[in-house]
Amino acid sequence: MLNYLARRLVLALITCAAISVLTFVIIRLPPGDFVDAYIANLASNGSMVSAEQAVAMRHEYGLDRPVVVQYALWMGRVVRGDFGVSMMWRRPVTEVIGDRLWLTMAISVSALFLTWTIALPIGIYSAVRQYSIGDYIATLLGFMGLAIPNFLLALILMYAGFRYLGLSVGGLFSSDYAQEAWSLAKFWDLMKHIPLPACVLALAGTAQLIRIMRANLLDELRKPYVVSARAKGLSELHVVLKYPVRAALNPFASSIAYLFPYLVSGSIIVSLVLGLPTVGPLLLQALVAQDMFLAGTIVLLLGIMTVIGTLISDLLLMWIEPRIRLRGRA
Amino acid sequence: MSSTVSSTMSAALADDRMAQATQLQLTWWRFCRHKLALVSLGVVALFYLIAIFADFLAIADPHATDARRSYVPPQGIHLFDDGAFSPHVSGLKGMRDMKTFKLSYVPDPSRKLPITFFAHGYSYDLFGLIPTDRHILGIAGGQPVDGIFLLGTDQLGRDLFSRLMVATRISLVIGLAGVSLSLLLGVMLGGISGLYGGIVDTLIQRVIEVVRSIPTIPLWMGLAAALPNTWSVTQVYFAITIIISLVGWTELARVVRGRFLALREEDFVIAAELAGASQLRIILRHMLPSFASHVIAATSLALPAMIVSETSLSFLGLGLRPPAISWGILLQDAQNVQVLAGAPWLLCAAIPVILVILAFNFLGDGLRDAADPYG
Repeated sequence: MLNYLARRLVLALITCAAISVLTFVIIRLPPGDFVDAYIANLASNGSMVSAEQAVAMRHEYGLDRPVVVQYALWMGRVVRGDFGVSMMWRRPVTEVIGDRLWLTMAISVSALFLTWTIALPIGIYSAVRQYSIGDYIATLLGFMGLAIPNFLLALILMYAGFRYLGLSVGGLFSSDYAQEAWSLAKFWDLMKHIPLPACVLALAGTAQLIRIMRANLLDELRKPYVVSARAKGLSELHVVLKYPVRAALNPFASSIAYLFPYLVSGSIIVSLVLGLPTVGPLLLQALVAQDMFLAGTIVLLLGIMTVIGTLISDLLLMWIEPRIRLRGRA
Repeated sequence: MSSTVSSTMSAALADDRMAQATQLQLTWWRFCRHKLALVSLGVVALFYLIAIFADFLAIADPHATDARRSYVPPQGIHLFDDGAFSPHVSGLKGMRDMKTFKLSYVPDPSRKLPITFFAHGYSYDLFGLIPTDRHILGIAGGQPVDGIFLLGTDQLGRDLFSRLMVATRISLVIGLAGVSLSLLLGVMLGGISGLYGGIVDTLIQRVIEVVRSIPTIPLWMGLAAALPNTWSVTQVYFAITIIISLVGWTELARVVRGRFLALREEDFVIAAELAGASQLRIILRHMLPSFASHVIAATSLALPAMIVSETSLSFLGLGLRPPAISWGILLQDAQNVQVLAGAPWLLCAAIPVILVILAFNFLGDGLRDAADPYG
């Protein structure tokens, strides 16, 4: 078990390193750099930047060094917790991101729990009563969730709220609390706002998991051991829950680990539509402005958070699934 | 007595039919049992027909702007005129709002414009080959501002229905192209991984894990934002196809590898090996049929995901760029609640997205159940 744990940890570290390289490559891909974008921006406002100033700026931000050196410099600072200065906001990146990262995670984790609690029972029901009315309804609802991209769902909900209820759906805080410091009242306010985006996010994942669970369980239910369990006279509930469901859980559980990155990435686009104060809107702005440190930090932190989330769900998986524990020991 | 005999005989005949049917026929019969999948097959076929005949179905030039007819609400077609069958639409007339003094064009029921079929319109190449200017509907006479606006117009006065037809083509083709690329990558890498095992397998698996543990939307946003502004519409189109397929292949590769590993140990594969069959024959003749259903299911899941990816990216303004028209680009106009409150018909572009994704999912589900040899 320790062996398995150590392997997962090493893998997580390698993944983080790979994410950092990929992140840096993505950030470096656009032709031109921040200084070009900055100069273009100033020029559109009527002010000019001389060539010497541009060179000085490039030097200040280390943009004139070789790419590998730039990466090493960046990583060296990141490891020490210094993510650099956002060139667009002229403030430290950590300050610009602030609570946004935690709010992103809060929404994603809530959506994850919601997904599990809904998908498992519906998936089992759908498989056991294949082609029943209940299965069709569950499948249809599940497919609706899969078919309506979450940003469209957010858009439709927002329009419906505006049109029929006269509400402005969106945001994570009431206007009273948005600028306040953290307090119990503000936390409660957040708790009241989280269900909507969490539901919007969870719908698609739930649909996917219902589908996987149904498919896996259907495969298991047709195997001879189910017939013999039934022939032995076990109760139907016992026959289903004791053996095939546990066998079907293995691929189901491993897909849970991949659900988390999916939810995190969904939260980005949903936040943009619903105007949530997460890292989503910030990332889009940073990418458009080619604010390398800010965009890089967001992608990197999101990636690392996701790796940690995946690691946690791996540990849960190990707890559920004896086969993995045994394989680790061997 | 005779009825018992005939029912026994028909049962025997059915058994005979089952015994003689080819694998493909069996699969088709099983597929037909899944009614939703059958309907979905029709819907998918319909959408691809729309994609093929997009320009013919478009009523107005999807790029033609006219500021005067900005945000015209959807117009109904009146089928009868004074009891006689004569399909027509109302013309538009300028009205000045006495509060805001804004001039807007509203339908004028007194001006009736008869509809003609197979009318002349903007010119295009049917199937990309035959130059023509025929369109399914058109109006006779009328001023330049008039037209048939089945789904209303957008801010620039472009006909939403025509734009939707052309967008269908681009969005469906990009999905298909993306999934083909993913399938190629996924089956190749997954196959190599499962077949050879060892260090190659470990390496490919680590790459897949890294790709999958990165949240995809930030990744796409990063890659798409990196495309130079100077690229042409076609270049961006291909680049976006590659970007969305780069992320989609991992699931397919995982499925293929998993099946390869499971099947390698099966008795029939070992038997084929002992009988001296070549590796290629074992893979194509013995292994492929038993994991084809899983690959089909994974592909059916991947295709709508590709379409959603393109739609999301274009919606964010990072995917295809105008003047290209795709579902995402149409939805981009509907991003703002204030705009939607005034022109809710802009949300119409969401309907084909939802329909196509639903249809592909049901189709894939039916195919999966049908191709399952234990079904």
